[in-house]
Amino acid sequence: MSSTPTIPPLSGTITVDVPVERAFRVFTDAFGSWWPAEYHIGQADMATAILEPRAGGRWYEQGTDGSECDWGRVLAWEPPHRLVVTWQINGQWQYDPDPEHASEIEVRFTADGPDQTTIQLEHRRLERLVDGQALRDGITGGGGWPSLLELFAKAATNQA
Amino acid sequence: MDTNGAEGLGLLGDPTRRAIFELLARRPHTVGELAQQLPITRSAVSQHLRVLKDGGLAVSRAEGTRRIYRLNPDGVTGLRVYLDRVWEEALTAYAKAAQAAPIDPKQEDQ
Repeated sequence: MSSTPTIPPLSGTITVDVPVERAFRVFTDAFGSWWPAEYHIGQADMATAILEPRAGGRWYEQGTDGSECDWGRVLAWEPPHRLVVTWQINGQWQYDPDPEHASEIEVRFTADGPDQTTIQLEHRRLERLVDGQALRDGITGGGGWPSLLELFAKAATNQA
Repeated sequence: MDTNGAEGLGLLGDPTRRAIFELLARRPHTVGELAQQLPITRSAVSQHLRVLKDGGLAVSRAEGTRRIYRLNPDGVTGLRVYLDRVWEEALTAYAKAAQAAPIDPKQEDQ
């Protein structure tokens, strides 16, 4: 079914000076407190984002008007060392409910010592998002990527 | 910031290159058209375009004697570069939050 070649996964590593339990808790319980608010998909401004603490849980944002938009699902919940969630936000910055189009994010928390933790993040199966995108473009006549790029350009400009 | 797979950030880390990227996001341009809108020479524009092309973000085609540059429409590289940036920012914000308060306020409240 997949028509897109595999896209290399993205990976990031960061080390924080806190115990592994706290590192995991901030990432999950307090997700909405640190996630950059400009990266959201709802019509309303984002009030917070929530990662439900269990396998099968929802990962979603809440707008300032009380509306909710799904981002993905929790696939693996293994505190304090491992978390796997799906990322189902496509190039049109919309939630794609089809699990076939779900990319995956795995986050590993490794204690370097009692007060230091290394977090390794991998965002993989990106080609599944593109497959979904290609499908939608086939139906609607395109227009997906320019909006993403505009958003990107805006983010890049704001950063400057 | 210690991130791997950050080639996308390198591609758009330069402000002039980002400006070119943004102009191309609006519509295709020639080197001359880009140079008119930016405070740099045509040769500098060409160098940045080469980096964007090598990185898979832009493509070009010949039209008569002119060469037209535009963003790579395949979307794959664009998606990857975009998400790369999202994670770079998100992890930086996360590290700040993790280290900001020594005790989780939620725990303290309860």
